[in-house]
Amino acid sequence: MIRELHEKLKNGEINSVDLTKKYFDEIELKDKNILAYLTLHKELALNAAQEIDKKIQVGEDFDLLGGIPMALKDNMCVMGGRTTAASKILDNYIAPYDATVVKKLREKGAIILGKTNMDEFAMGSSTENSAYQKTRNPHDLNRVPGGSSGGSAAAVVSDMAVYALGSDTGGSVRQPASFCGAVGLKPTYGRVSRHGLLAMASSFDQIGPIAKSVEDAAIVLSRIAGRDLKDATSAKSGGKFYEDYLTGNIKGMKIGVPKEYFGDGLSDEIKNISFAALEKFKKLGAELVEINIPHNEYALPIYYITVPSEVSSNMARFDGIRYGLSIDDQEKSKIGAGKLLETYLDTREIGFGPEVKRRIMLGTYALSAGYYDAYYKKAQKVRRLLRQDFEKAFEKVDLIFSPTAPEPAFKIGEKTTDLLQMYLSDIYTVTANLVGVPAISFPIGEVERESKKLPIGGQLMGRWFGEEELLNAAHTFELN
Amino acid sequence: MLKKEDIIHIAELARIGLKEEEIEKYQRELSLILDYFKKLELVNTDKIDSIGHITGEHSVIRDDVVIDCKEDIRMGIINNFPDKKDNQAKVKSIL
Repeated sequence: MIRELHEKLKNGEINSVDLTKKYFDEIELKDKNILAYLTLHKELALNAAQEIDKKIQVGEDFDLLGGIPMALKDNMCVMGGRTTAASKILDNYIAPYDATVVKKLREKGAIILGKTNMDEFAMGSSTENSAYQKTRNPHDLNRVPGGSSGGSAAAVVSDMAVYALGSDTGGSVRQPASFCGAVGLKPTYGRVSRHGLLAMASSFDQIGPIAKSVEDAAIVLSRIAGRDLKDATSAKSGGKFYEDYLTGNIKGMKIGVPKEYFGDGLSDEIKNISFAALEKFKKLGAELVEINIPHNEYALPIYYITVPSEVSSNMARFDGIRYGLSIDDQEKSKIGAGKLLETYLDTREIGFGPEVKRRIMLGTYALSAGYYDAYYKKAQKVRRLLRQDFEKAFEKVDLIFSPTAPEPAFKIGEKTTDLLQMYLSDIYTVTANLVGVPAISFPIGEVERESKKLPIGGQLMGRWFGEEELLNAAHTFELN
Repeated sequence: MLKKEDIIHIAELARIGLKEEEIEKYQRELSLILDYFKKLELVNTDKIDSIGHITGEHSVIRDDVVIDCKEDIRMGIINNFPDKKDNQAKVKSIL
């Protein structure tokens, strides 16, 4: 889709200002029902569109993303724009700088339409934890779009953005892509700079594209990847253009099928769609290999110890002193009004929602004296064992396949009271973040619920820094 | 099951104000999740080191040079201070 629009912009069939306005019209029309956006950047977007149009008119070269309207999850900073992470604690926060991904996109002439809804600080799997609104799944407005990048996924599939960026800590790009019928890519840890992404769990977080096709996702990745001095964990990318690796040929590629992923916990419905997808890969020339991930059953417990631990540390910055909400409720003060501790307690009590508080508390406990070894350290050890499982698996196979989620989009409110059920929604996705490998979700089928068709996503995981093979396999699947 | 005092202690460490009626809710919820973690005790990790950087990459190192903060960024930061005096963040008394 990006290439097509680029050609039209290039040959003068359309211009960026009209295209941008068309997208704002779509938002105006649809978003009152879908509620994907939290903030629109109309002026910023139209100014950027005007600028790129001027360039195009005088025949200057422009990038594939130049003039193309996109959306950003509201946990990435756009200088001068409101950035809330869907939390009340940042309700009035105006970002004083651009995130590295935003800087890169702006340099390419990308048009940022606005900021999309998400679970508060990206903690959740349904976007219901937003402090502002509940985004709806465009395929059935009674269902969730997935999360935490639910606004981004819903915006893309309902034509309110050509593509979007999300962030993925345990599946937050892939699971909403699966629920909404889009392509979602979580790059290798370190592939994309996290500078200017509001941190949730720093050893897990990665920014990734949500798009309508694998090629679009590849085009976006090429433009946001690379080493950044402002993110000490970012890796060299070598200026690769990932879209150049989409050959449509996967003959001889070995796809691993972990026994553990297709056990009793998975419904026949999703199993059958997954097996049909695997058959298709086989027909396209791939070889299917049964593999084992022995420590897979520990993935969720490791995840829900280490992530809250990192969360509790990262969230300490929201103290009511440097930015965001600041409350010192003098009347009900137990410690004494005007005292620093009171500001901390009041600001964080009122500013954070229930899931954020729960994770901060859990992480604080797991890191506290006497429990650190039993929880955090233990989890980090088992995390190494899980990584070793993947090292062994990738000696035998090139990619690993699973469903993206154990189910299609669920109903709004269906899981909000059952914490573990909500966490289980991430069972297939957390592993890629735990071990750092890249993973992609792409549509592999659909199921019917109450006469509505709901998309189902398949997931491929690749070797560390092996995005080329991963994208090519998903692309080849999509073509056929 | 976590005790009432545990929850009060954790909330204090986490600097989160807590209402009396929330204590029981947290006792229930946190205990449920902690029970789920128990599974990890079954794994033998005697000779295993805890993991560091997940992809094994080395950190990005740069020369230690002062880079000036641009005026618009500086003012952007200052404008976000909830309470300020002479362009400096104002902090409540500690004691």
